[in-house]
Amino acid sequence: MNVILHIIARDLRLALRRPADLASVLFFFIIVASLFPLGVGPETDLLRRLAPGVLWVGALLATMLSLPRMFADDFYDGALEQLALAPYPLGFVVLGKTLAHWLVSGLPLAILAPLLGLQFDLPGDTLLILAGSILLGTPALSGIGAIGAALTLGLRGGGVLLSLLVLPLYIPVLIFGAGAVDASMSGISPNAHLFLLAALTVGGVAFAPWAAAAALKIALE
Amino acid sequence: MLKVLNLECLRGERRLFHGVGFGLDAGELLYLQGKNGAGKTTLLRMLCGLTPPAAGEILWRGENIRNLGGEFHAELCYLGHQNAIKEDLTPLENLRASARLAGETLDEDAALDALERVGLAGREDLACRYLSQGQKRRVALSRLVHERRALWILDEPFVALDTQAVSWLADIIGGHLQRGGLAALTTHQPVEIPSARVRELRLGA
Repeated sequence: MNVILHIIARDLRLALRRPADLASVLFFFIIVASLFPLGVGPETDLLRRLAPGVLWVGALLATMLSLPRMFADDFYDGALEQLALAPYPLGFVVLGKTLAHWLVSGLPLAILAPLLGLQFDLPGDTLLILAGSILLGTPALSGIGAIGAALTLGLRGGGVLLSLLVLPLYIPVLIFGAGAVDASMSGISPNAHLFLLAALTVGGVAFAPWAAAAALKIALE
Repeated sequence: MLKVLNLECLRGERRLFHGVGFGLDAGELLYLQGKNGAGKTTLLRMLCGLTPPAAGEILWRGENIRNLGGEFHAELCYLGHQNAIKEDLTPLENLRASARLAGETLDEDAALDALERVGLAGREDLACRYLSQGQKRRVALSRLVHERRALWILDEPFVALDTQAVSWLADIIGGHLQRGGLAALTTHQPVEIPSARVRELRLGA
């Protein structure tokens, strides 16, 4: 258990030493989400209809943007070898790194999302559901992303391959995430969607690290 | 304690080495030699368990290292080509983080002491990005000062070090062997390790 906390602390410290990486993810999200209202024009009905999908796709792409770096730095400077040789399963390391990735991508995105939702004229309670759904869904994105990042580690042009591998697997999260926001807007309870999102997150965070650890071992051979 | 039986290494279609076998007991040093590309690094990585051998077995205290897993890793200290230090962290942070991740506790005084012994006094709060190649190597080597592991596997540990540091490192390895530790290393520099019972293994001969 301590191992996971140590990895999270280490990765957070490293992320804070390079705030530009963190900022680029957030600014990407802000810009993508702002382009739509500017492009579509001030038609509030249309914008409100678009909002769940646009904001969720934006959050998804922003999360993807930071995935290639998840293991790459550790791989190239040899730290990953040392982690693989530590006296505990590599899956714990990956779990720690997944949670750290979420803390610097998913969590800030969830905090930012309601502000961007204002551009789409979303009502107050829907903004809360939007933040909640992103908060619930992004750990699954980090978990699934870890598998893709581990599989494409050390490949030339791995970034494009990573998107092709990971984006199809993100579809369920997108459907239930955007579905929750949609439901709340049309006055239906979003709970069903949120429960399914939570299930995806629990499944993703519990199982993905072990698959990613297996992929990392192959990359290190 | 360490026994290697009939090891074979394939790299793609090519067979790098085969039929490699040796034993290493407490207090002994394995001096791995061979041309560039003979498979020295690969053999060392096999000894760590990072690369699975195409054939053959590696036994630690009589058991295959693949079955031992974490138990074996807890007794192993591997230093590869890369220094495995984070450029954005200071030497002190690097050393303490690597100790924590290895499951050990290292308080600040002990860490500062280890850094002083590798000759990095006064540099402990400077991000490693600003250190020279040799100083980075010293940060990586500082793990050897405080970690008490039985088996040291060192891949070209003398690279980038100045003559003073080379003799210092030779002493450290000698001390480790005297305490009953084991070490396997490769180097292209002729380095005299004090009071070592040396076994030589030449790959690709």
